[in-house]
Parts: sequence; C-alpha cells; structure tokens
Amino acid sequence: MLRLTSSRLGSLLAGRPTAALTFSIKGRAASQQSHEVSEPVDMSRPMYYDRVDMPLPDKPYKDVLSEAEQKLKQKEKGPWSQLTNEEKVALYRLKFCQSYSEMRAPSAEWKTVLGGMLFFIGFTGLVVWWQRIYVYPPSPRTLDGDWKAMQLQRMLDMRINPVEGLSAKWDYDKGQWK
Amino acid sequence: MSLQKPIMRGLLAKRLRFHLPIAFGIAITVALSYKFGVTEPRKKAYANFYKQYDAVKEFNAMREAGVFESVRPSGK
Repeated sequence: MLRLTSSRLGSLLAGRPTAALTFSIKGRAASQQSHEVSEPVDMSRPMYYDRVDMPLPDKPYKDVLSEAEQKLKQKEKGPWSQLTNEEKVALYRLKFCQSYSEMRAPSAEWKTVLGGMLFFIGFTGLVVWWQRIYVYPPSPRTLDGDWKAMQLQRMLDMRINPVEGLSAKWDYDKGQWK
Repeated sequence: MSLQKPIMRGLLAKRLRFHLPIAFGIAITVALSYKFGVTEPRKKAYANFYKQYDAVKEFNAMREAGVFESVRPSGK
C-alpha cells in the first residue's frame, strides 16, 4: 500500500487549526515535503482544500507523483475492476488529503478552550477583588443601611406600586410584610 | 455497492411541513400562556384593588406620613 509521507504525519501533529471549515495548508506542505520555511503560496492558482461544505477541491492533493504513483495513475486509466483495494485507497489518498470522517473527527480542542476561558474568568475575578479593595472609592451614603431603611419607609409612605408591587406586599395595618 | 438515489427535491417543503406546525404551536402556546398567566391576573388585580380603594383615606394616610409638600401633616 502506498503510504503518504511526512506531510500526513505533519497534518496529524498539527492538530490545532483543523476545524471543519478552515482552509488546510496541507496542500502547501505536500508540494514542499515538510520544509519548515516555505515561500508564500501562489493564491492565483488552483489550491487544494479540505472543506466539509465544498467537496471537490480545485486540484488533487498530490500533483508531483513518484514513479510508482505515476504507474498507478496509468493503471487507473484502464478498467477499475483490475485495481486492488489497496490501489483504490492509494488513488483516493493521492487525490484527497482527509476523508470526510477525518475532517469531521472531533478534536479535544474544546477542553483547552473551556479551560482557558475559565482560567481567565477566574483571573478576572481576582483582579476585580483587588480593585474592590484598592481602587474603588468609598460607597455613596445612599447605600448605607440606615439610608436604605429610610428610603424604603418613604416608598411605603408614598404607596409605591400599591397594586402588584412594593406597597401591595406591605401590610399597613400591622406594620409588617404580608 | 449501489446506493439508493438520494432525495433531490422538495427538501424545504418537507422541512416546513414538519417545523411550521411546531413553530405556530409554540408561538400560540406562548401567547396564550402569557395572556392567561400574566395579563388576566394583572387585570383582575387592578380591578380588585380599585373595588375597595378609598382615595381620601389613602390621601390622609400619605399626608400624615409627611410625603406631600402641598399639605403638611395635620396637627402641630
């Protein structure tokens, strides 16, 4: 069976940006066989991509074929019943980088995302706590307990919301909440 | 390995046949439960409140509490 080379291995190790709808840069890696410093991709020419919503890329995954691969492509021109199963799979892998199930395969990225979110939310909590102690000015006097009690008494005196709201819940005869 | 030909037409109609009754049902249910859970009780609460509402008594109570500026509490 024809095995794909380090470009496939590179895609397995790449991991992170392989959500279903991101463009794959594996096309570039394939033609330059895992050379780290690569020159920019010519976007004016047809590119290969793995996309769930666009099934047929503009060009096959591998266009530089080795000797054995070229012989296989020649054999592909004949009747397909003469191809073995391994050859059919090899031809598929020449044309496509990832199958649909591979594209859709879930990753563990959500754990990192969730963990990062919670970590930063927690850190923000610590920052807010520090601010509460060292940054906030003194509370206005209208938030003192006494003031709020006087405010509530005045609201009851004025019969605020007597039908369904505040004063409706106060028993005026007994002087307590209903 | 011959697969069945997939359904090519009428996909939106099929989806609507299923989802529209559900959507209308939920919308009507929400509207009715709001009407009978919120507005009707509220109308009854207001009706009941004003059945036994003595405006003068309430006014005097508020006046004694001292919330008005036009009339002071009666007495000193």
